[in-house]
Amino acid sequence: MTIPGPTAAAPAVLALDAVTKAFGPIEVLHGVDFALHPGEVHALIGENGAGKSTTMKILAGYLDPTGGQVLLEGQPVTFAGSDEAEERGIIMIHQEFNLAEHLSVDQNVFLGRELTRGILLDHKAMRARTADLLSQLHCRVDPATPVNRLSVPDKQMVEIAKALSRRARVLIMDEPTAVLTERETEVLFAQIERLRAEGVAILYTSHKLGEVKRIADRVTVLRDGTMVRSDLTADVTEDDMAAAMVGRELSDLYPPKVRGSAEPILEAQGITVPGVVHDASLVLHRGEVLGLGGLVGSGRTELAEAIAGLRPRTGSVRLDGTDLPAGQVAQAMRAGLAYLTEDRKGAGLLLDKSLRENLTLPLLETFGRPLIDRRREEAALDRAIAEFAIRAPSRDMAVGDLSGGNQQKLLLAKVLLSDPQVIIIDEPTRGIDIGTKQQIYTLIARLAAEGRSIIVISSEMPELIGLASRVIVMHAGRIAGELSGDAVTEGAIVRLAMGMDDTDKDHAA
Amino acid sequence: MSTASNSPASAAPAQRRPRVNLTVIAPLVALVVLIAIGMALNPNFLSYANITNVLARSAFIGIIAIGMTFVITAGGLDLSVGSMAAFVAGLMILVMNLLTESMGPGLPVIFAGIALALLAGLAAGFINGILITRAGIEAFILTLGTMGIYRSLVTWLADGGTLSLGYEMREMYRPVYYGGLFGIAWPILVFAALAILGEITMRHTAFGRHCAAIGSNEKVARYSSVAVLRVRLATYVLLGTLVGIAVVMYVPRLGSASATTGLLWELEAIAAVIIGGTLLKGGFGRVWGTVVGVLILSLIGNLLNLTDVVSPYLNGAIQGVVIILAVVLQRNTGAAR
Repeated sequence: MTIPGPTAAAPAVLALDAVTKAFGPIEVLHGVDFALHPGEVHALIGENGAGKSTTMKILAGYLDPTGGQVLLEGQPVTFAGSDEAEERGIIMIHQEFNLAEHLSVDQNVFLGRELTRGILLDHKAMRARTADLLSQLHCRVDPATPVNRLSVPDKQMVEIAKALSRRARVLIMDEPTAVLTERETEVLFAQIERLRAEGVAILYTSHKLGEVKRIADRVTVLRDGTMVRSDLTADVTEDDMAAAMVGRELSDLYPPKVRGSAEPILEAQGITVPGVVHDASLVLHRGEVLGLGGLVGSGRTELAEAIAGLRPRTGSVRLDGTDLPAGQVAQAMRAGLAYLTEDRKGAGLLLDKSLRENLTLPLLETFGRPLIDRRREEAALDRAIAEFAIRAPSRDMAVGDLSGGNQQKLLLAKVLLSDPQVIIIDEPTRGIDIGTKQQIYTLIARLAAEGRSIIVISSEMPELIGLASRVIVMHAGRIAGELSGDAVTEGAIVRLAMGMDDTDKDHAA
Repeated sequence: MSTASNSPASAAPAQRRPRVNLTVIAPLVALVVLIAIGMALNPNFLSYANITNVLARSAFIGIIAIGMTFVITAGGLDLSVGSMAAFVAGLMILVMNLLTESMGPGLPVIFAGIALALLAGLAAGFINGILITRAGIEAFILTLGTMGIYRSLVTWLADGGTLSLGYEMREMYRPVYYGGLFGIAWPILVFAALAILGEITMRHTAFGRHCAAIGSNEKVARYSSVAVLRVRLATYVLLGTLVGIAVVMYVPRLGSASATTGLLWELEAIAAVIIGGTLLKGGFGRVWGTVVGVLILSLIGNLLNLTDVVSPYLNGAIQGVVIILAVVLQRNTGAAR
């Protein structure tokens, strides 16, 4: 089925032939043909739930196909497990990292394949080899650092170093840039290009179509478990890809902007969180969508959490004329302020609990006292499912089994349950497919049209530009500047985020 | 994500499939099997006297285990409850004896003793809770420490021997353990009432839900504006108070306390909680399961005493096997999720 392109002169190193996969009675992949060629970057895109993860897991030996074959260099293979696949040079980097948090970087890189001298570990050699790999990746992490002290992008780099150390022939990367800043993405791309030149076959998934267009040689689109199209990247536009993923034309990703009033509703003055945020102030107006930009680690999230009462802080926060005390998240919620975390799985939802228990958790007291009224809870869940178009196979299922997009919608429903006047949304669409993205953007615009005020924190420039009428940019824990109207451009945001515009402030920092 | 599929099947009213969950029925099956074995081996097993005996003895551990269910569900642990019970009992007896000297024997002494036991239990639980939540000491370590402290304090109070309640007071207080209502002993009634209250609290109140949320993921609970520290503190205070209630029921049984009072109660309580299906790492708990766990543990002891198939000295070994089986079962279903 796959038409060999000019870059795919070499025969496929790893391929799927009419592969199907069923979990119980439900078939999630319907005869997928897919081939990875040496020296080719092959992007696999599709909405959440389209079958990308399943495809990747079959390729990497985590799952067995129900029907069809996996071909390694033309020969049918059955991997006993991911270990055997890794043994054969097929390595998958997961979105959720596979790192032992308490071990050091070099211990992680060589975990399970430790270098030894006699019966003792050869610490020196492993450390040196790790330092080597990291410097190839332009990553300035000391190999002796425990992994739990690393930032998320650095952990990503360690995962990649681990894969490199195994001399991968096939590298499968599940949304590697979701947690990276633009600069780190550049470093990653340089590495991908280097690996491609060395003849490694690379499978790459991302929701960022711009990246796919840039880095991939070939792009395959999955929709509902079926391969919709597979083309050379040069032959398709981003719009083509998006349309193929969603199965319809995406006219306008961003709804028209709503102008806020001039009346301030939230005023934060001189917010300082020791070590991360320094003397940051901002004003949010009623009915406004305010963007908050900056690099990962610039203090955006910490500022938002400080305002929401989730972090100790100094400085004052006034919401509609009332002062909100520091560190009192329940009080902030009652006053009408809600914060939607960027860490959906770690801080947003109880993954092993049902939809209902997650939805009502922040406001249980209002569902009956002393006994919770189960019917009112179920009714609230009915409303949330309808209003936010949450797709759940069963309402009693654990939230962890929902797709990322549906988790995000449930989290939004949960945060909005308290009917807040001010909503701070941190990374509203991280790891979410384009169809759900559009739904969330429409929702944000609707909330603003209802007179609510919203702060959107995002690493994705188009999102800030598309949603916000005004953007505040942070750099190194300080407010680097503010842009509004036509001045909100990608270039201007990047300059502020890099700390390039205001040299005086930079010196002070 | 076509428009057609946007009207999800899940919007239909809740459809609950009858799921046969092994963790749910396993403790009940074990209990039924034990009762069947007991009936087969000894005709006296189901006699009124034996049932009352088993249930009344279970009541102390049972009442404590109810509180332990909340502590463990919220991701905590309390190793100090056995020594705490001994210390509270010692204190109660000491004070009651002193009061008898000054006021003479009478009901006021009993009421004062009961009030003291409840307050002392509450205070001890509060101390555990406040140190765990505010000073941030690991629950295991902290309660290991207080376990040693209370055990040593009761030994010191008793001067290495036994603290005994005065004869008149003992006679007056006796009915609280040996008496009852409609032929059911008081400890059984109190245990049953507390178990029902506990089950309702766990399943149908915000407090119970918050405990499970904190045990499941403390950060999520905090971000969902749950007062995490206050709820965790409350679980320890609740447990301490229940230890106080258990002591109130226990003291009239023997009328004394010594360095060996309540020995290993903490382990029995924790074991009962785990056998009942509550997750040791927190996040899910059920009080009725704990009650079943308590009954299983005491029935094993009772059966070994009633029959001579297996030596009663192997009681601990059999209980140990049951505990290990319960945890293995938990782990298997946990992986299947």
